Amino acid sequence: MEIDPFIFRLSIFILSIFIGYYVVWSVTPSLHTPLMSVTNAISSVIIVGAIIAALAGSSENIFDISSIFGFIAIVLAAINIFGGFLVTQRMLQMYKKKKDKKK
Amino acid sequence: MISANLSAIFYLVSGILFILALRGLSSPDTSRQGNYFGIVGMIIAIIVTFLSIGNFSESLIYVIMFLVIGGAIGAFIAFRIPMTAMPELVAGFHSLVGLAAVFVAIAAFLNPEVFNLGAVGAIKLASLIEMSIGAAVGAITFSGSIIAFLKLRGIMSGSPIIFSGQHLLNLALGIGIFVLIFYLCKTQSANIFWTVVIISFLVGVLLIIPIGGADMPVVISMLNSYSGWAAAGIGFTLENTALIITGALVGSSGAILSYIMCKAMNRSFFSVILGGFGADNSADDKKEKKDQKPVKSGNAEDAAFLMKNASSVIIVPGYGMAVAQAQHALREMVDKLKKNDIKVTYAIHPVAGRMPGHMNVLLAEANVPYDEVFELEDINNDFANSDVAFVIGANDVTNPVAKTDPKSPIFGMPVLDVEKCKSVLFVKRSLSPGYAGIDNELFYRDNTLMLFADAKKMTEDIVKNLD
Repeated sequence: MEIDPFIFRLSIFILSIFIGYYVVWSVTPSLHTPLMSVTNAISSVIIVGAIIAALAGSSENIFDISSIFGFIAIVLAAINIFGGFLVTQRMLQMYKKKKDKKK
Repeated sequence: MISANLSAIFYLVSGILFILALRGLSSPDTSRQGNYFGIVGMIIAIIVTFLSIGNFSESLIYVIMFLVIGGAIGAFIAFRIPMTAMPELVAGFHSLVGLAAVFVAIAAFLNPEVFNLGAVGAIKLASLIEMSIGAAVGAITFSGSIIAFLKLRGIMSGSPIIFSGQHLLNLALGIGIFVLIFYLCKTQSANIFWTVVIISFLVGVLLIIPIGGADMPVVISMLNSYSGWAAAGIGFTLENTALIITGALVGSSGAILSYIMCKAMNRSFFSVILGGFGADNSADDKKEKKDQKPVKSGNAEDAAFLMKNASSVIIVPGYGMAVAQAQHALREMVDKLKKNDIKVTYAIHPVAGRMPGHMNVLLAEANVPYDEVFELEDINNDFANSDVAFVIGANDVTNPVAKTDPKSPIFGMPVLDVEKCKSVLFVKRSLSPGYAGIDNELFYRDNTLMLFADAKKMTEDIVKNLD
């Protein structure tokens, strides 16, 4: 009997939770704010679903009801991706400056 | 057009890069590299998505246009936001992830063919469950984060909103969502799907309104976790590994942060969720106490004198420092002290501020070297050997009552032992209690000198007096 592909995805999911658990515990507390902003940015990888939905419209009807939701989701996720990574970068840059100054 | 197998491998690669992005945060030195890994992972995921669809109609132009619009808005916000507003920003971003998850789920429900999920009215059972869970959690994340955002921004009062039967209502709505999803699977009815989404929006609001301002670090972490689970739900629907891995990472990250925050306040996660903390303060009782006990108060000159003659000073920053934007003035003061060969360190309580690590970022912004900043457990023993504790904008996290009075609502919460210092300088606008709504015994100690002023102004005055 074949294994349902869902089970494979579930395995990936559960193993990833464990990876997340160990990786996040090793994050230094002083970087907890960047951790939140970067997790924010990466969870916006949901944009892949939005792109698929948005590209589904036919050429006569680019904006049908489901692709409109896709397009809005693209904007929302893009705000998050750019905003999340850039603000994280901005914060992490500040942790660097000090170090350089000390040297 | 690339094959489904190849794109699945690329999604796996981007998932791994996201893991490395979080791994990088284990030290400030590797953190920037980690962020680049994250960015590369995201670029791979987006490009692979375009390539796997292959069929580029005119829609592509619009997709790129919307991507650029969103990106520009995001970049603009990222560069303009002051560091003190980071909690609101993160709450706002969570809401966007939640809403994006809802919209993707709606798009998948309306047009399941493009996602290979079956046809309208005949969506595969597993996919239907996954997308409705993704939509429900996404909707809760969205509306909950909006409330958190409004509370953090001060547009909405930080005090808990409680009405009778609240928890029963939440429970009923929660069960309602599951029952509706069950019927949705049986009937495939669009109306039920919309009802699930709407009820979930409502649950998000109801879940966050009873939680008070002091519990905001937990709320933000919790919503962080939810946004992850929502993404994972959508990941299952789309059968996308990158999304599943990311969802799991973010979900567990948020959960761990919530746990750390709860532990730092000695509160159970459950009691935070139930909310109402800081609501039941009996104002009369406190007034009475204030009148009875004498308080020593001083000015900037006294404070400068005390610190100048100290050999070691520990700074205890809190949310008040963020509000007053006093971090730069503080740094200036510390520079002056260091010139006089005074050892200065910073002590940070895990829940100081409104989100995990909030104080660390503000100090970093003011160019404080991170090796001078210590967490509670690393520095708490040093207070006894230090001359001056300079408490700026913190309150409850220094209250010795947490160690002595079992009746106090914050009893058992780990606190910074500032009272063990030879003298304590306490910058505060008034004697008003902190978020926990309790009086701080520290104000009335013999070795405490209260400096009644705005944190920034007082620090600047001290700087002048240090010359």
